[in-house]
Amino acid sequence: MVVAVAAGSLLIGASLASLAMGAVSIPPRAALGILLEHAGWSTGLEFTSQQDAVMWGIRLPRVILGGLVGAALGVAGASYQAIFRNPMADPQLIGVSSGAALGSAVAILLLGGVLGMTAGPLGGLAGGFTTGLLVYGLARHRGRTEVVTMILSGIAIAAVGTAGAAFISLISDEPRLKSALFWVLGSLTFATWKMVWFTFPLVAVAVIALPAYARAMNVSLLGDAEARSLGVDVERFRIVVLALATTAVAASVAAAGVIGFVGLLVPHGIRLVAGPDNRLVVPASAVGGAALVILFDLVARTAAAPTEIPIGLLTAIAGGPVFLWLVRRTRREHGGWG
Amino acid sequence: MSRVLLSSVGTTYAVDGAVLVEEADLSLHAGEVVALVGPNGAGKTTLLRLLAGDLTPGHGEVRIDGRRLASVRPRDLARLRAMLPHHTVLQFAFRVLDVVMMGRYPHREATRSEDEAAVASAMAAADVGFLAERLFTTLSGGEQARSSLARVLAQETPVVLLDEPSASLDIRHQELVMGVLRGLAAGGAGVLTVLHDLNLAARHADRVGVMDRARLVEVGPTAEVLRADLLSAVYGHPVAVVPHPYADCPLVLPLSP
Repeated sequence: MVVAVAAGSLLIGASLASLAMGAVSIPPRAALGILLEHAGWSTGLEFTSQQDAVMWGIRLPRVILGGLVGAALGVAGASYQAIFRNPMADPQLIGVSSGAALGSAVAILLLGGVLGMTAGPLGGLAGGFTTGLLVYGLARHRGRTEVVTMILSGIAIAAVGTAGAAFISLISDEPRLKSALFWVLGSLTFATWKMVWFTFPLVAVAVIALPAYARAMNVSLLGDAEARSLGVDVERFRIVVLALATTAVAASVAAAGVIGFVGLLVPHGIRLVAGPDNRLVVPASAVGGAALVILFDLVARTAAAPTEIPIGLLTAIAGGPVFLWLVRRTRREHGGWG
Repeated sequence: MSRVLLSSVGTTYAVDGAVLVEEADLSLHAGEVVALVGPNGAGKTTLLRLLAGDLTPGHGEVRIDGRRLASVRPRDLARLRAMLPHHTVLQFAFRVLDVVMMGRYPHREATRSEDEAAVASAMAAADVGFLAERLFTTLSGGEQARSSLARVLAQETPVVLLDEPSASLDIRHQELVMGVLRGLAAGGAGVLTVLHDLNLAARHADRVGVMDRARLVEVGPTAEVLRADLLSAVYGHPVAVVPHPYADCPLVLPLSP
Protein backbone atom coordinates (compact mmCIF):
# COMPACT_ATOMS: atom_id res chain seq x y z
CA MET A 1 0.00 0.00 0.00
CA VAL A 2 2.76 2.41 1.02
CA VAL A 3 4.74 1.34 -2.03
CA ALA A 4 1.76 1.88 -4.33
CA VAL A 5 1.19 5.39 -2.96
CA ALA A 6 4.91 6.20 -3.14
CA ALA A 7 5.22 4.96 -6.74
CA GLY A 8 2.06 6.85 -7.73
CA SER A 9 3.23 10.10 -6.13
CA LEU A 10 6.63 9.72 -7.76
CA LEU A 11 4.95 9.28 -11.15
CA ILE A 12 2.78 12.38 -10.72
CA GLY A 13 5.69 14.44 -9.39
CA ALA A 14 7.98 13.33 -12.20
CA SER A 15 5.33 14.15 -14.82
CA LEU A 16 4.68 17.64 -13.44
CA ALA A 17 8.38 18.40 -13.13
CA SER A 18 9.00 17.18 -16.65
CA LEU A 19 6.15 19.31 -18.04
CA ALA A 20 7.42 22.39 -16.20
CA MET A 21 11.14 22.22 -16.92
CA GLY A 22 13.01 22.96 -20.12
CA ALA A 23 14.01 25.82 -22.40
CA VAL A 24 10.54 27.30 -21.95
CA SER A 25 9.44 27.23 -18.32
CA ILE A 26 5.83 26.22 -17.69
CA PRO A 27 4.74 26.55 -14.04
CA PRO A 28 2.15 24.03 -12.74
CA ARG A 29 -0.64 26.68 -12.80
CA ALA A 30 0.00 27.42 -16.46
CA ALA A 31 0.27 23.70 -17.22
CA LEU A 32 -3.10 23.11 -15.58
CA GLY A 33 -4.60 25.98 -17.55
CA ILE A 34 -3.31 24.55 -20.84
CA LEU A 35 -4.61 21.05 -20.03
CA LEU A 36 -8.07 22.34 -19.13
CA GLU A 37 -8.12 24.59 -22.20
CA HIS A 38 -7.54 21.56 -24.43
CA ALA A 39 -10.22 19.68 -22.51
CA GLY A 40 -12.57 22.45 -23.61
CA TRP A 41 -12.74 24.37 -20.34
CA SER A 42 -11.40 27.93 -20.36
CA THR A 43 -10.13 28.95 -16.95
CA GLY A 44 -8.64 32.21 -15.71
CA LEU A 45 -5.20 30.52 -15.41
CA GLU A 46 -2.70 32.48 -17.49
CA PHE A 47 -0.35 31.03 -20.07
CA THR A 48 1.29 32.23 -23.28
CA SER A 49 0.68 30.76 -26.69
CA GLN A 50 4.33 29.71 -26.76
CA GLN A 51 3.85 27.80 -23.52
CA ASP A 52 0.77 26.21 -25.03
CA ALA A 53 2.61 25.13 -28.16
CA VAL A 54 5.58 23.71 -26.25
CA MET A 55 3.53 21.85 -23.70
CA TRP A 56 0.77 20.47 -25.91
CA GLY A 57 2.84 19.88 -29.00
CA ILE A 58 6.12 18.68 -27.51
CA ARG A 59 6.31 17.99 -23.78
CA LEU A 60 3.00 16.31 -23.04
CA PRO A 61 3.31 13.62 -25.74
CA ARG A 62 6.91 13.12 -24.68
CA VAL A 63 5.99 12.68 -21.01
CA ILE A 64 3.14 10.30 -21.86
CA LEU A 65 5.29 8.28 -24.25
CA GLY A 66 8.04 8.13 -21.62
CA GLY A 67 5.51 6.87 -19.12
CA LEU A 68 4.29 4.19 -21.53
CA VAL A 69 7.82 3.08 -22.37
CA GLY A 70 8.79 2.94 -18.69
CA ALA A 71 5.64 1.07 -17.71
CA ALA A 72 6.31 -1.46 -20.48
CA LEU A 73 9.93 -2.04 -19.44
CA GLY A 74 9.11 -2.24 -15.72
CA VAL A 75 6.22 -4.66 -16.04
CA ALA A 76 8.09 -6.75 -18.62
CA GLY A 77 11.21 -6.96 -16.45
CA ALA A 78 9.20 -8.18 -13.45
CA SER A 79 7.37 -10.74 -15.63
CA TYR A 80 10.50 -12.07 -17.37
CA GLN A 81 12.14 -12.50 -13.97
CA ALA A 82 9.17 -14.61 -12.88
CA ILE A 83 8.94 -16.87 -15.94
CA PHE A 84 12.70 -17.29 -16.29
CA ARG A 85 12.70 -17.85 -12.52
CA ASN A 86 15.69 -15.63 -12.45
CA PRO A 87 16.20 -12.20 -10.88
CA MET A 88 18.57 -11.09 -13.64
CA ALA A 89 16.23 -11.32 -16.60
CA ASP A 90 15.79 -7.88 -18.20
CA PRO A 91 14.40 -7.05 -21.64
CA GLN A 92 17.76 -5.72 -22.81
CA LEU A 93 20.01 -8.28 -21.10
CA ILE A 94 18.14 -11.22 -22.58
CA GLY A 95 18.25 -9.65 -26.04
CA VAL A 96 14.55 -9.04 -26.62
CA SER A 97 14.98 -5.25 -26.85
CA SER A 98 17.72 -5.53 -29.47
CA GLY A 99 15.75 -8.09 -31.44
CA ALA A 100 12.79 -5.73 -31.41
CA ALA A 101 15.08 -2.85 -32.48
CA LEU A 102 16.36 -4.79 -35.47
CA GLY A 103 12.87 -5.93 -36.44
CA SER A 104 11.56 -2.42 -36.08
CA ALA A 105 14.37 -0.84 -38.13
CA VAL A 106 14.06 -3.42 -40.90
CA ALA A 107 10.32 -2.95 -41.07
CA ILE A 108 10.54 0.85 -41.20
CA LEU A 109 13.18 0.63 -43.93
CA LEU A 110 11.46 -1.95 -46.13
CA LEU A 111 7.77 -1.63 -45.29
CA GLY A 112 7.52 1.96 -44.04
CA GLY A 113 6.03 3.06 -47.35
CA VAL A 114 3.29 0.45 -47.26
CA LEU A 115 2.50 0.22 -43.54
CA GLY A 116 3.29 3.79 -42.49
CA MET A 117 3.43 4.35 -38.75
CA THR A 118 2.51 0.74 -37.96
CA ALA A 119 5.71 -0.58 -39.56
CA GLY A 120 7.87 0.16 -36.49
CA PRO A 121 5.67 -1.52 -33.86
CA LEU A 122 4.84 -4.48 -36.13
CA GLY A 123 8.49 -5.10 -37.00
CA GLY A 124 9.35 -4.70 -33.32
CA LEU A 125 6.78 -7.34 -32.39
CA ALA A 126 8.17 -9.75 -34.97
CA GLY A 127 11.77 -9.19 -33.86
CA GLY A 128 10.92 -9.24 -30.16
CA PHE A 129 8.90 -12.46 -30.36
CA THR A 130 11.59 -14.19 -32.38
CA THR A 131 14.34 -13.31 -29.92
CA GLY A 132 12.15 -13.97 -26.88
CA LEU A 133 11.38 -17.50 -28.03
CA LEU A 134 14.98 -18.02 -29.10
CA VAL A 135 16.46 -17.07 -25.70
CA TYR A 136 13.74 -19.01 -23.92
CA GLY A 137 14.44 -22.11 -26.01
CA LEU A 138 18.20 -21.80 -25.65
CA ALA A 139 18.32 -21.09 -21.93
CA ARG A 140 15.79 -23.62 -20.69
CA HIS A 141 17.08 -27.07 -20.00
CA ARG A 142 15.06 -29.70 -18.16
CA GLY A 143 12.67 -27.17 -16.75
CA ARG A 144 15.28 -24.79 -15.43
CA THR A 145 16.65 -21.58 -16.85
CA GLU A 146 20.40 -21.55 -16.87
CA VAL A 147 21.60 -18.07 -15.97
CA VAL A 148 24.82 -18.27 -17.89
CA THR A 149 23.16 -19.53 -21.07
CA MET A 150 20.47 -16.88 -20.77
CA ILE A 151 22.95 -14.01 -20.37
CA LEU A 152 25.31 -15.33 -23.04
CA SER A 153 22.50 -15.87 -25.56
CA GLY A 154 21.31 -12.38 -24.70
CA ILE A 155 24.74 -10.89 -25.37
CA ALA A 156 24.97 -12.61 -28.75
CA ILE A 157 21.45 -11.62 -29.78
CA ALA A 158 21.89 -8.06 -28.53
CA ALA A 159 25.14 -7.72 -30.49
CA VAL A 160 23.53 -8.88 -33.72
CA GLY A 161 20.39 -6.83 -33.12
CA THR A 162 22.04 -3.52 -32.31
CA ALA A 163 24.66 -3.95 -35.05
CA GLY A 164 21.94 -4.68 -37.58
CA ALA A 165 19.87 -1.71 -36.47
CA ALA A 166 22.94 0.55 -36.50
CA PHE A 167 23.80 -0.64 -40.00
CA ILE A 168 20.33 0.19 -41.23
CA SER A 169 20.72 3.65 -39.75
CA LEU A 170 23.71 4.17 -42.04
CA ILE A 171 21.82 3.45 -45.24
CA SER A 172 18.52 5.18 -44.49
CA ASP A 173 17.29 8.76 -44.83
CA GLU A 174 14.37 8.53 -42.41
CA PRO A 175 15.27 10.76 -39.40
CA ARG A 176 14.52 8.17 -36.70
CA LEU A 177 16.25 5.45 -38.66
CA LYS A 178 19.24 7.67 -39.36
CA SER A 179 20.09 7.97 -35.68
CA ALA A 180 22.14 4.95 -34.67
CA LEU A 181 22.25 6.28 -31.12
CA PHE A 182 18.46 6.08 -31.03
CA TRP A 183 18.51 2.32 -31.51
CA VAL A 184 21.43 1.61 -29.22
CA LEU A 185 20.75 4.00 -26.34
CA GLY A 186 17.17 5.08 -26.89
CA SER A 187 15.55 8.50 -27.00
CA LEU A 188 12.17 10.13 -26.58
CA THR A 189 13.06 13.00 -28.96
CA PHE A 190 10.79 11.67 -31.66
CA ALA A 191 7.71 11.60 -29.45
CA THR A 192 4.50 12.68 -31.16
CA TRP A 193 0.84 12.24 -30.34
CA LYS A 194 0.59 9.80 -33.19
CA MET A 195 3.29 7.65 -31.66
CA VAL A 196 1.55 7.83 -28.30
CA TRP A 197 -1.59 6.39 -29.88
CA PHE A 198 0.30 3.56 -31.57
CA THR A 199 2.16 2.63 -28.39
CA PHE A 200 -0.67 2.98 -25.92
CA PRO A 201 -2.82 -0.08 -26.77
CA LEU A 202 0.13 -2.49 -26.90
CA VAL A 203 1.49 -1.36 -23.54
CA ALA A 204 -1.97 -1.11 -21.98
CA VAL A 205 -2.76 -4.75 -22.82
CA ALA A 206 0.35 -5.94 -21.02
CA VAL A 207 0.00 -3.62 -18.03
CA ILE A 208 -3.62 -4.61 -17.53
CA ALA A 209 -3.28 -8.35 -18.24
CA LEU A 210 0.03 -9.26 -16.57
CA PRO A 211 -1.01 -8.50 -12.95
CA ALA A 212 -3.76 -11.11 -13.38
CA TYR A 213 -0.98 -13.72 -13.61
CA ALA A 214 0.84 -12.47 -10.51
CA ARG A 215 -0.29 -15.32 -8.23
CA ALA A 216 0.63 -17.91 -10.83
CA MET A 217 4.02 -16.17 -11.15
CA ASN A 218 4.55 -16.53 -7.40
CA VAL A 219 3.67 -20.22 -7.45
CA SER A 220 5.78 -20.88 -10.54
CA LEU A 221 8.87 -19.54 -8.72
CA LEU A 222 8.76 -22.73 -6.60
CA GLY A 223 9.58 -24.82 -9.66
CA ASP A 224 7.73 -26.46 -12.55
CA ALA A 225 6.78 -29.63 -10.67
CA GLU A 226 5.52 -27.59 -7.72
CA ALA A 227 3.57 -25.18 -9.94
CA ARG A 228 1.98 -28.05 -11.87
CA SER A 229 1.11 -29.78 -8.61
CA LEU A 230 -0.62 -26.57 -7.51
CA GLY A 231 -2.73 -26.43 -10.65
CA VAL A 232 -0.82 -24.04 -12.92
CA ASP A 233 -0.91 -25.01 -16.60
CA VAL A 234 2.81 -24.28 -16.70
CA GLU A 235 3.51 -24.28 -20.43
CA ARG A 236 0.48 -22.19 -21.31
CA PHE A 237 1.09 -19.76 -18.47
CA ARG A 238 4.67 -19.20 -19.52
CA ILE A 239 3.90 -18.62 -23.19
CA VAL A 240 1.09 -16.17 -22.43
CA VAL A 241 3.23 -14.14 -20.02
CA LEU A 242 6.19 -14.21 -22.42
CA ALA A 243 3.95 -12.96 -25.24
CA LEU A 244 2.38 -10.16 -23.19
CA ALA A 245 5.69 -8.91 -21.81
CA THR A 246 7.35 -9.09 -25.22
CA THR A 247 4.49 -7.15 -26.81
CA ALA A 248 5.08 -4.32 -24.35
CA VAL A 249 8.85 -4.34 -24.89
CA ALA A 250 8.48 -4.35 -28.68
CA ALA A 251 6.10 -1.39 -28.55
CA SER A 252 8.49 0.51 -26.29
CA VAL A 253 11.47 -0.15 -28.55
CA ALA A 254 9.58 0.90 -31.68
CA ALA A 255 8.73 4.17 -29.92
CA ALA A 256 11.94 4.97 -28.06
CA GLY A 257 14.71 2.57 -29.04
CA VAL A 258 16.61 0.37 -26.61
CA ILE A 259 16.58 1.69 -23.05
CA GLY A 260 18.38 -0.76 -20.80
CA PHE A 261 18.24 -1.69 -17.12
CA VAL A 262 14.82 -0.16 -16.35
CA GLY A 263 13.35 -3.66 -16.19
CA LEU A 264 16.08 -4.60 -13.73
CA LEU A 265 16.21 -1.48 -11.56
CA VAL A 266 12.51 -1.03 -10.93
CA PRO A 267 11.39 -4.54 -9.87
CA HIS A 268 14.47 -4.91 -7.67
CA GLY A 269 13.90 -1.57 -5.99
CA ILE A 270 10.33 -2.61 -5.23
CA ARG A 271 11.36 -6.05 -3.95
CA LEU A 272 13.93 -4.47 -1.63
CA VAL A 273 11.25 -2.32 -0.03
CA ALA A 274 8.19 -4.56 -0.20
CA GLY A 275 9.31 -8.16 -0.72
CA PRO A 276 8.98 -10.49 -3.72
CA ASP A 277 5.18 -10.92 -3.92
CA ASN A 278 4.38 -10.40 -7.61
CA ARG A 279 0.85 -9.27 -6.81
CA LEU A 280 2.55 -6.04 -5.77
CA VAL A 281 5.81 -6.19 -7.74
CA VAL A 282 4.20 -6.52 -11.19
CA PRO A 283 1.73 -3.59 -11.11
CA ALA A 284 4.09 -1.41 -9.04
CA SER A 285 6.85 -2.02 -11.59
CA ALA A 286 4.63 -0.52 -14.28
CA VAL A 287 4.06 2.64 -12.24
CA GLY A 288 7.65 2.83 -10.99
CA GLY A 289 9.03 2.23 -14.49
CA ALA A 290 6.91 5.04 -15.87
CA ALA A 291 8.12 7.42 -13.15
CA LEU A 292 11.74 6.41 -13.63
CA VAL A 293 11.80 6.86 -17.41
CA ILE A 294 10.04 10.25 -17.18
CA LEU A 295 12.62 11.37 -14.60
CA PHE A 296 15.58 10.06 -16.58
CA ASP A 297 14.19 11.74 -19.69
CA LEU A 298 13.91 15.05 -17.84
CA VAL A 299 17.58 14.77 -16.90
CA ALA A 300 18.46 13.65 -20.42
CA ARG A 301 17.06 16.78 -22.06
CA THR A 302 17.89 19.40 -19.39
CA ALA A 303 21.22 18.39 -17.82
CA ALA A 304 23.39 19.31 -20.81
CA ALA A 305 20.91 21.52 -22.74
CA PRO A 306 20.76 22.27 -25.58
CA THR A 307 22.51 18.91 -26.18
CA GLU A 308 20.36 15.89 -25.37
CA ILE A 309 21.95 13.00 -23.52
CA PRO A 310 20.70 9.60 -24.81
CA ILE A 311 18.44 8.28 -22.07
CA GLY A 312 19.89 4.76 -22.27
CA LEU A 313 23.23 6.19 -21.25
CA LEU A 314 21.71 7.44 -18.00
CA THR A 315 19.84 4.22 -17.27
CA ALA A 316 23.04 2.26 -17.91
CA ILE A 317 25.04 4.44 -15.52
CA ALA A 318 22.43 3.82 -12.83
CA GLY A 319 21.69 0.21 -13.76
CA GLY A 320 25.18 -1.18 -14.34
CA PRO A 321 26.24 -0.96 -10.69
CA VAL A 322 22.93 -2.49 -9.57
CA PHE A 323 23.51 -5.39 -11.92
CA LEU A 324 27.01 -5.91 -10.51
CA TRP A 325 25.60 -5.86 -6.99
CA LEU A 326 23.07 -8.50 -8.07
CA VAL A 327 25.83 -10.65 -9.52
CA ARG A 328 27.75 -10.41 -6.27
CA ARG A 329 24.76 -11.20 -4.13
CA THR A 330 23.72 -14.14 -6.29
CA ARG A 331 27.22 -15.59 -6.11
CA ARG A 332 27.30 -15.22 -2.35
CA GLU A 333 23.89 -16.74 -1.77
CA HIS A 334 24.10 -19.64 -4.16
CA GLY A 335 27.83 -20.24 -4.13
CA GLY A 336 28.29 -19.57 -7.82
CA TRP A 337 26.24 -20.12 -10.92
CA GLY A 338 23.92 -23.09 -10.73
CA MET B 1 -10.94 -52.77 1.04
CA SER B 2 -11.64 -49.06 1.02
CA ARG B 3 -12.06 -46.82 -2.00
CA VAL B 4 -9.32 -46.59 -4.64
CA LEU B 5 -8.20 -42.95 -4.95
CA LEU B 6 -5.36 -43.32 -7.42
CA SER B 7 -4.43 -46.17 -9.72
CA SER B 8 -1.84 -46.97 -12.32
CA VAL B 9 -2.27 -49.71 -14.91
CA GLY B 10 0.67 -50.70 -17.09
CA THR B 11 2.22 -47.25 -16.77
CA THR B 12 5.42 -47.02 -18.81
CA TYR B 13 7.72 -44.08 -19.34
CA ALA B 14 10.89 -43.83 -21.44
CA VAL B 15 13.29 -41.00 -22.30
CA ASP B 16 15.69 -41.26 -25.24
CA GLY B 17 15.20 -45.03 -25.39
CA ALA B 18 15.93 -45.52 -21.67
CA VAL B 19 12.93 -47.06 -19.93
CA LEU B 20 12.59 -45.39 -16.52
CA VAL B 21 9.30 -46.98 -15.48
CA GLU B 22 7.97 -50.18 -17.02
CA GLU B 23 4.47 -51.62 -16.68
CA ALA B 24 3.78 -50.24 -13.22
CA ASP B 25 0.53 -51.43 -11.62
CA LEU B 26 -0.37 -49.78 -8.33
CA SER B 27 -3.46 -48.70 -6.43
CA LEU B 28 -3.65 -46.21 -3.61
CA HIS B 29 -6.64 -46.54 -1.27
CA ALA B 30 -8.25 -44.06 1.07
CA GLY B 31 -6.83 -44.35 4.58
CA GLU B 32 -3.51 -45.98 3.80
CA VAL B 33 0.15 -45.02 3.75
CA VAL B 34 2.11 -46.75 0.99
CA ALA B 35 5.90 -46.52 0.92
CA LEU B 36 7.86 -46.78 -2.32
CA VAL B 37 11.37 -48.12 -1.76
CA GLY B 38 14.24 -49.30 -3.94
CA PRO B 39 17.83 -48.52 -4.86
CA ASN B 40 18.99 -45.25 -6.48
CA GLY B 41 17.88 -44.93 -10.08
CA ALA B 42 15.17 -47.60 -9.76
CA GLY B 43 12.51 -45.15 -11.02
CA LYS B 44 10.75 -44.22 -7.78
CA THR B 45 10.72 -40.48 -8.43
CA THR B 46 9.67 -40.97 -12.04
CA LEU B 47 6.77 -43.19 -10.99
CA LEU B 48 5.72 -40.60 -8.41
CA ARG B 49 5.80 -37.84 -11.03
CA LEU B 50 3.74 -40.00 -13.42
CA LEU B 51 1.16 -40.57 -10.70
CA ALA B 52 1.11 -36.82 -9.96
CA GLY B 53 0.54 -35.96 -13.61
CA ASP B 54 3.84 -34.06 -13.70
CA LEU B 55 4.94 -36.49 -16.44
CA THR B 56 2.73 -38.13 -19.05
CA PRO B 57 3.13 -41.90 -19.47
CA GLY B 58 4.07 -43.30 -22.88
CA HIS B 59 1.86 -46.34 -22.32
CA GLY B 60 -0.63 -47.28 -19.66
CA GLU B 61 -3.07 -45.18 -17.71
CA VAL B 62 -3.23 -43.31 -14.45
CA ARG B 63 -6.68 -42.73 -12.94
CA ILE B 64 -7.50 -40.41 -10.09
CA ASP B 65 -10.83 -40.41 -8.28
CA GLY B 66 -12.25 -42.67 -11.00
CA ARG B 67 -11.27 -40.36 -13.89
CA ARG B 68 -8.41 -40.49 -16.39
CA LEU B 69 -5.79 -38.21 -14.89
CA ALA B 70 -4.92 -36.70 -18.26
CA SER B 71 -8.51 -35.50 -18.69
CA VAL B 72 -8.70 -33.63 -15.39
CA ARG B 73 -8.18 -29.85 -15.61
CA PRO B 74 -5.00 -28.64 -13.82
CA ARG B 75 -6.92 -26.62 -11.24
CA ASP B 76 -9.25 -29.54 -10.42
CA LEU B 77 -6.31 -31.93 -10.27
CA ALA B 78 -4.61 -29.64 -7.75
CA ARG B 79 -7.60 -30.06 -5.45
CA LEU B 80 -7.33 -33.85 -5.71
CA ARG B 81 -3.64 -34.44 -5.24
CA ALA B 82 -0.64 -32.61 -3.84
CA MET B 83 2.99 -33.47 -4.47
CA LEU B 84 6.11 -32.76 -2.45
CA PRO B 85 9.10 -32.87 -4.79
CA HIS B 86 12.49 -33.91 -3.53
CA HIS B 87 13.94 -30.43 -3.22
CA THR B 88 12.61 -26.94 -3.86
CA VAL B 89 15.02 -24.20 -4.94
CA LEU B 90 13.70 -20.67 -4.55
CA GLN B 91 15.57 -17.71 -6.07
CA PHE B 92 13.38 -15.07 -4.49
CA ALA B 93 13.21 -14.19 -0.81
CA PHE B 94 9.68 -15.24 0.15
CA ARG B 95 8.79 -15.69 3.80
CA VAL B 96 7.92 -19.22 4.96
CA LEU B 97 4.36 -18.00 5.56
CA ASP B 98 4.11 -16.87 1.91
CA VAL B 99 5.43 -20.21 0.67
CA VAL B 100 2.91 -22.18 2.72
CA MET B 101 0.14 -19.82 1.58
CA MET B 102 1.00 -20.79 -2.03
CA GLY B 103 -0.47 -24.20 -1.16
CA ARG B 104 -3.84 -22.44 -1.16
CA TYR B 105 -3.49 -21.42 -4.83
CA PRO B 106 -5.95 -24.04 -6.17
CA HIS B 107 -8.61 -23.02 -3.64
CA ARG B 108 -9.83 -19.89 -5.38
CA GLU B 109 -13.24 -19.81 -3.79
CA ALA B 110 -11.97 -20.30 -0.22
CA THR B 111 -12.40 -17.39 2.16
CA ARG B 112 -9.45 -15.62 3.69
CA SER B 113 -10.15 -17.13 7.11
CA GLU B 114 -10.35 -20.64 5.61
CA ASP B 115 -6.97 -20.07 3.94
CA GLU B 116 -5.44 -18.74 7.15
CA ALA B 117 -6.82 -21.64 9.21
CA ALA B 118 -5.48 -24.22 6.72
CA VAL B 119 -2.06 -22.55 6.66
CA ALA B 120 -1.86 -22.27 10.46
CA SER B 121 -2.72 -25.92 11.04
CA ALA B 122 -0.36 -27.06 8.27
CA MET B 123 2.50 -25.05 9.77
CA ALA B 124 1.78 -26.40 13.24
CA ALA B 125 1.70 -30.00 11.94
CA ALA B 126 5.05 -29.60 10.14
CA ASP B 127 6.53 -27.76 13.14
CA VAL B 128 7.40 -24.62 11.18
CA GLY B 129 5.08 -22.17 12.97
CA PHE B 130 8.05 -20.49 14.61
CA LEU B 131 9.69 -19.99 11.19
CA ALA B 132 6.68 -18.14 9.70
CA GLU B 133 8.43 -14.78 9.28
CA ARG B 134 11.81 -16.21 8.28
CA LEU B 135 12.92 -16.10 4.64
CA PHE B 136 12.66 -19.51 3.00
CA THR B 137 16.02 -18.94 1.26
CA THR B 138 17.84 -18.59 4.59
CA LEU B 139 16.57 -21.85 6.14
CA SER B 140 18.51 -25.07 6.60
CA GLY B 141 17.75 -28.01 4.29
CA GLY B 142 15.60 -29.73 6.91
CA GLU B 143 13.68 -26.54 7.69
CA GLN B 144 13.04 -25.97 3.99
CA ALA B 145 11.81 -29.56 3.63
CA ARG B 146 9.36 -29.09 6.50
CA SER B 147 8.18 -25.75 5.12
CA SER B 148 7.52 -27.40 1.76
CA LEU B 149 5.65 -30.18 3.56
CA ALA B 150 3.50 -27.53 5.24
CA ARG B 151 2.71 -26.09 1.80
CA VAL B 152 1.59 -29.55 0.64
CA LEU B 153 -0.56 -30.00 3.75
CA ALA B 154 -2.17 -26.57 3.22
CA GLN B 155 -3.33 -27.81 -0.18
CA GLU B 156 -5.74 -30.15 1.68
CA THR B 157 -6.05 -32.90 -0.92
CA PRO B 158 -7.33 -36.47 -0.60
CA VAL B 159 -4.22 -37.82 -2.36
CA VAL B 160 -0.77 -36.85 -1.10
CA LEU B 161 2.41 -37.86 -2.95
CA LEU B 162 5.82 -37.25 -1.38
CA ASP B 163 9.37 -37.73 -2.60
CA GLU B 164 11.57 -38.51 0.39
CA PRO B 165 9.92 -36.21 2.91
CA SER B 166 12.22 -37.49 5.67
CA ALA B 167 15.55 -36.93 3.90
CA SER B 168 17.63 -34.25 5.64
CA LEU B 169 15.45 -34.40 8.75
CA ASP B 170 16.66 -35.20 12.26
CA ILE B 171 15.19 -38.19 14.12
CA ARG B 172 12.54 -36.17 15.96
CA HIS B 173 11.33 -34.54 12.77
CA GLN B 174 11.44 -37.82 10.81
CA GLU B 175 9.06 -39.29 13.36
CA LEU B 176 6.99 -36.13 13.36
CA VAL B 177 6.61 -36.20 9.57
CA MET B 178 5.69 -39.89 9.51
CA GLY B 179 3.16 -39.15 12.24
CA VAL B 180 1.69 -36.39 10.08
CA LEU B 181 1.35 -38.83 7.16
CA ARG B 182 -0.38 -41.37 9.43
CA GLY B 183 -2.70 -38.59 10.58
CA LEU B 184 -3.58 -37.76 6.95
CA ALA B 185 -4.40 -41.42 6.31
CA ALA B 186 -6.48 -41.60 9.48
CA GLY B 187 -8.43 -38.65 8.11
CA GLY B 188 -9.23 -40.62 4.93
CA ALA B 189 -6.42 -39.49 2.63
CA GLY B 190 -4.30 -41.83 0.53
CA VAL B 191 -0.59 -41.24 1.07
CA LEU B 192 2.18 -42.51 -1.21
CA THR B 193 5.71 -41.66 -0.23
CA VAL B 194 9.14 -42.50 -1.57
CA LEU B 195 11.35 -43.48 1.36
CA HIS B 196 15.01 -44.38 1.54
CA ASP B 197 14.97 -45.40 5.17
CA LEU B 198 13.55 -48.94 5.14
CA ASN B 199 12.90 -48.86 8.88
CA LEU B 200 10.70 -45.78 8.54
CA ALA B 201 8.73 -47.74 5.93
CA ALA B 202 8.66 -50.79 8.21
CA ARG B 203 7.25 -48.87 11.16
CA HIS B 204 4.83 -46.48 9.45
CA ALA B 205 3.64 -47.86 6.10
CA ASP B 206 0.60 -50.09 5.64
CA ARG B 207 1.95 -51.39 2.37
CA VAL B 208 5.28 -51.21 0.61
CA GLY B 209 6.11 -51.18 -3.09
CA VAL B 210 9.62 -52.23 -4.09
CA MET B 211 11.11 -50.86 -7.31
CA ASP B 212 14.10 -52.30 -9.08
CA ARG B 213 15.43 -51.29 -12.50
CA ALA B 214 12.25 -49.48 -13.65
CA ARG B 215 9.93 -52.27 -12.46
CA LEU B 216 7.63 -52.39 -9.49
CA VAL B 217 8.72 -55.89 -8.48
CA GLU B 218 6.46 -56.35 -5.49
CA VAL B 219 3.67 -54.50 -3.71
CA GLY B 220 2.03 -55.77 -0.55
CA PRO B 221 1.58 -55.51 3.20
CA THR B 222 4.73 -54.19 4.83
CA ALA B 223 5.62 -57.30 6.84
CA GLU B 224 5.22 -59.54 3.77
CA VAL B 225 7.29 -57.41 1.41
CA LEU B 226 10.21 -56.47 3.65
CA ARG B 227 11.91 -59.88 3.43
CA ALA B 228 15.64 -60.47 3.65
CA ASP B 229 15.80 -62.37 0.35
CA LEU B 230 13.93 -59.74 -1.67
CA LEU B 231 15.74 -56.74 -0.18
CA SER B 232 19.18 -58.36 -0.46
CA ALA B 233 18.57 -59.13 -4.12
CA VAL B 234 17.13 -55.72 -5.02
CA TYR B 235 19.75 -53.64 -3.20
CA GLY B 236 22.62 -55.95 -4.14
CA HIS B 237 23.73 -56.02 -0.51
CA PRO B 238 23.06 -58.60 2.21
CA VAL B 239 20.30 -57.55 4.58
CA ALA B 240 18.80 -59.22 7.65
CA VAL B 241 15.21 -58.71 8.72
CA VAL B 242 14.42 -59.42 12.37
CA PRO B 243 11.39 -58.70 14.58
CA HIS B 244 11.58 -55.22 16.08
CA PRO B 245 12.37 -55.57 19.82
CA TYR B 246 10.00 -52.79 20.91
CA ALA B 247 7.40 -52.48 18.14
CA ASP B 248 5.16 -54.80 16.19
CA CYS B 249 7.02 -54.52 12.88
CA PRO B 250 10.11 -55.83 11.09
CA LEU B 251 13.57 -54.31 11.64
CA VAL B 252 15.89 -54.15 8.63
CA LEU B 253 19.61 -54.45 9.28
CA PRO B 254 22.31 -54.16 6.64
CA LEU B 255 25.06 -56.80 7.04
CA SER B 256 28.72 -56.77 6.10
CA PRO B 257 29.11 -58.44 2.70
